[in-house]
Amino acid sequence: MSEEQGGAGGSFEERLDAARDRHGLDRAASAERGAGEPPEGANPMAVGLRVGVELVSALVVALAIGYGLDRWLHTRPLFLILFVMLGGAAGVLNVWRLFAPRGGGSSRGTG
Amino acid sequence: MAAEKSTIDALGQFHLDTGLGAIGRSVNFANSNIMMVVAAALVLLALHYGMRRRAVVPGRLQALAEIGYQFIHDMCVEQIGEEGKRFFPFVFALFFFILIGNLIGLFPYFFTFTSHIAVTAALAVLVIVLVTAVALRIHGLHFFSYFWPEGAPVVLAPLIVPIEIISYISRPVSLSIRLFANMTAGHVMFEVFATFMLMLVGALGAFGYVLALGPLVINVALMGFEVLVAFLQAYVFAVLTCIYLHDAVHLH
Repeated sequence: MSEEQGGAGGSFEERLDAARDRHGLDRAASAERGAGEPPEGANPMAVGLRVGVELVSALVVALAIGYGLDRWLHTRPLFLILFVMLGGAAGVLNVWRLFAPRGGGSSRGTG
Repeated sequence: MAAEKSTIDALGQFHLDTGLGAIGRSVNFANSNIMMVVAAALVLLALHYGMRRRAVVPGRLQALAEIGYQFIHDMCVEQIGEEGKRFFPFVFALFFFILIGNLIGLFPYFFTFTSHIAVTAALAVLVIVLVTAVALRIHGLHFFSYFWPEGAPVVLAPLIVPIEIISYISRPVSLSIRLFANMTAGHVMFEVFATFMLMLVGALGAFGYVLALGPLVINVALMGFEVLVAFLQAYVFAVLTCIYLHDAVHLH
């Protein structure tokens, strides 16, 4: 039995590769590997939703921090204003990370 | 059948109710919790019965279990690197819990527990606490250099560090909002189009039955789209967990 498997091994691999090529299985796998990001690039609506969520979530976090600091230090509008601006910047940074090319030394964009 | 509804009650389907009768009421065991137990049980049963025979040529259930294992294993190794194998059980459990939760929510009378931000936020916080703990364990206090890009001018520190910290904390927020918003939006659209059918029939009678075919066709198409979204969102959640774990392991 093992002899049979050993003898057919090489040709089986070749046939398997040929079959996978014929059905386009390897191409899909390699395309997914190259992206390194979720395969949402094809769908513009999903990309738009994703960018929106990134922007909003950074702003929400910044608002919460600013509001919390203001409550703690009784400096009502100061940190709120400051952190809304920082939150907007962080949102843009998130979006940049989303589309920046991954891989290589500077994999995290600026960070 | 042609019940007249004057308003669209799109959010009523997400109402939490107590399950399991009197016992559930006394311990606040919600219908959402039942679905979580069902999802976990489904995954465990599928894996148990799939791998029980351990055939060389797998049957359907075994093939399912093996493909699932291989898929997550490849994802971990690809995104995190060789160290990713240590996080395989976590990512595997996370992916299949969310996936089954998304999918069983599509059946009538079932409850979509991933449509509650409390659930998705709990999952996302779990992820981010784990990621931070892993980074602190591996790199110690050096982890905090994560918030400081190398080579940036020191003058900009008061600007860059808060932005990096906000960006880091916004990860669980965006993770939880993405999953919750996708599931909620899909189910609201089901409800809206289904109510359109009832309203058409109620308002126009026999002619309404003909017109109601339109929303019906849309709902059928929407169901296919929702199955895609269920898979995609579970995949996105798992992949982003892997990317964050990669950042935690390699730091820069």
